[in-house]
Amino acid sequence: MSQPKLVINDLHVSIEEKEIIKGLNLEIKGGEIHAVMGPNGTGKSTLSSAIMGHPKYEVTSGSVVIDEEDVLEMEVDERARAGLFLAMQYPSEISGVTNADFLRSALNSKLGEGNEISLMKFIRKMDENMEYLEMDPDMAQRYLNEGFSGGEKKRNEILQLMMLNPKIAILDEIDSGLDIDALKVVSKGINKMREERKDEFGCLIITHYQRLLNYITPDFVHIMMQGRIVKSGGPELAQRLEAEGYDWIKKELGIEDETVGQEA
Amino acid sequence: MTTEIKLPFDQEYLSSFSKDMNEPSWLTELRLKALEQAEVLPMPRPDKTNIKNWNFTQFEKHIVSSEDFNDVSELPEEVQALIDLEKNKTLYIQRNNRPTFLAVSNEVKEKGIIFTDIFTAAREYSDLLQKYFMTDAVKVDEHKLTALHAALLNGGVFLYIPKNVEVDEPIQSIFLHDDKDANLFNHVIVVAEDNSSVVYVENYISTVDPEHAVFNIVTEVIANNGAKVQYGAVDNLAHGITTYVNRRGVAGRDARIEWALGFMNDGNTISDNTTNLVGDGSYGDTKSVVVGTGDQKQNFTTKVVHFGKSSEGYILKHGVMKDSASSIFNGIGKIEHGATKANAEQESRVLMLSEKARGDANPILLIDEDDVTAGHAASVGRVDPLQLYYLMSRGIPQKEAERLVVHGFLAPVVEQLPIEGVKKQLVEVIERKVR
Repeated sequence: MSQPKLVINDLHVSIEEKEIIKGLNLEIKGGEIHAVMGPNGTGKSTLSSAIMGHPKYEVTSGSVVIDEEDVLEMEVDERARAGLFLAMQYPSEISGVTNADFLRSALNSKLGEGNEISLMKFIRKMDENMEYLEMDPDMAQRYLNEGFSGGEKKRNEILQLMMLNPKIAILDEIDSGLDIDALKVVSKGINKMREERKDEFGCLIITHYQRLLNYITPDFVHIMMQGRIVKSGGPELAQRLEAEGYDWIKKELGIEDETVGQEA
Repeated sequence: MTTEIKLPFDQEYLSSFSKDMNEPSWLTELRLKALEQAEVLPMPRPDKTNIKNWNFTQFEKHIVSSEDFNDVSELPEEVQALIDLEKNKTLYIQRNNRPTFLAVSNEVKEKGIIFTDIFTAAREYSDLLQKYFMTDAVKVDEHKLTALHAALLNGGVFLYIPKNVEVDEPIQSIFLHDDKDANLFNHVIVVAEDNSSVVYVENYISTVDPEHAVFNIVTEVIANNGAKVQYGAVDNLAHGITTYVNRRGVAGRDARIEWALGFMNDGNTISDNTTNLVGDGSYGDTKSVVVGTGDQKQNFTTKVVHFGKSSEGYILKHGVMKDSASSIFNGIGKIEHGATKANAEQESRVLMLSEKARGDANPILLIDEDDVTAGHAASVGRVDPLQLYYLMSRGIPQKEAERLVVHGFLAPVVEQLPIEGVKKQLVEVIERKVR
């Protein structure tokens, strides 16, 4: 297996004609954990949605390439099969489709016709992962995300991540609304992927808070303001943000309002 | 307004048919009177669908003669897929108008349950049939089609569960339509005496597509005090059949009637499904799913009428419309004066898969009592693009993602059907129609 690489180059993204991301560069390789941090309204979630191909977001220029394949030319499902995974902040609820049926269908789509996973093997794999994530076994037969609590939805996103084994995962505010126990479980899942898959797995964590990074130590930390990455560093950058907030960066860069559309 | 429609059969024909069938005189008389009524009564008027040009009354043959099947292995594949005689030992199969197969398990026999075709019931259980045939639930003189039904009755089944008898295994009927000349006036009666319980499942299935045929189907469910009836049905009739189907239940004190209805007909269909919650504490639950395809026009009226105090009624309808199919979904929750503490809830959802399809959900609450609760929800829309995005973001191709959403949407009824083969076949029919 090779080391995957996701390269984002001079990316511009608009929603309803309004430009949110304004020239963003980022490179994520297998074996690396990147954290993109920043206050609300700076374009963090837009970045993850644009990479995955959310229907509301329009990429106006720039490129996103995974292992030399043009991601922006792909349909959403092709992006997933190329090795991208997005753990969503607000996963959809789909009534009448059980979690297990959905996951099996997803896994088989990825494996392709003729290579489908046997039912027994699938059940075993799902049971193992659910146990690891301390999920109630009933959740396999419940309808996808329907009536799940916030914490259950997030665990379920990580379950999917572990089952689908992507090359590059993006976690969009996976920590929002989680209590400390759930946060630990979610982190445990990511860390397991990191340990087991090593150079074959890269991860981009999008978050407001440093809290999650206490459990998953990032290799790189990037600060996002006004739709760009304005500062990058190592894990110490996240710690400084925790201690001092964002004001010192704004001061350093001469930014008054960090949200998109407020450039001086 | 009465429309003068010349009916294809006269009194003389009916008397001699009834005599040939060895029917008791009450039934002969009922037929003859019904024929007179059918000539003068108006057509039913389903809300928001004009059926003026639909043909429910003109057809050639009242009875077709069909051969018996010598062995289960001779049954058409479509029918074999529905049955599993190892598991569900009580089974009735009717081929067009001919009762062709009946198996009754020892358990059902020993418990004194009556399960037989309607002609045999008329001969052997005449008094019992007379007591329930179009007396409590559906009345002969409601309109032209109920009267015509009574006059021309040419198939059906009678199921009677004695007091305090509970039967766990589902009791199954299959009405096979495999003759293009057949027209069906099928009558199903399920009577559950006090504190009994039963699960009944039926399939209407066509293996031929006639130029034009008329199916006029009536079901009556009588759940007496404390009884519980679960009624599952999958209608899968051919394009050339114009169907009128009326399934009605009457629930006594603390009785429960639960319907799970899959409407998969390919032809124009009028369905009336009413549950009368007569007794205090009675409970009615109706779940139905519909898939409309081609140029099909359909009207589904689902009604729960609350007479009893603390009665509870739930209506859930999910419809998927594609091509240029159009459907009206009327949901009526009616609470009569005196039905204090009644609760009437309903939900109608329509999913449109094409620009030309039409679907209207009309929730109606008619409340004549103050101390009640009621609610309704209705929506008509397309497959949610965010749901598709979510599924596709896991690698599932768009077609498969749409299939999953549609299946999920129709799951409330599919899940409810107690016979595995019937459930599986419904899933397959949905698959075929939606693709």
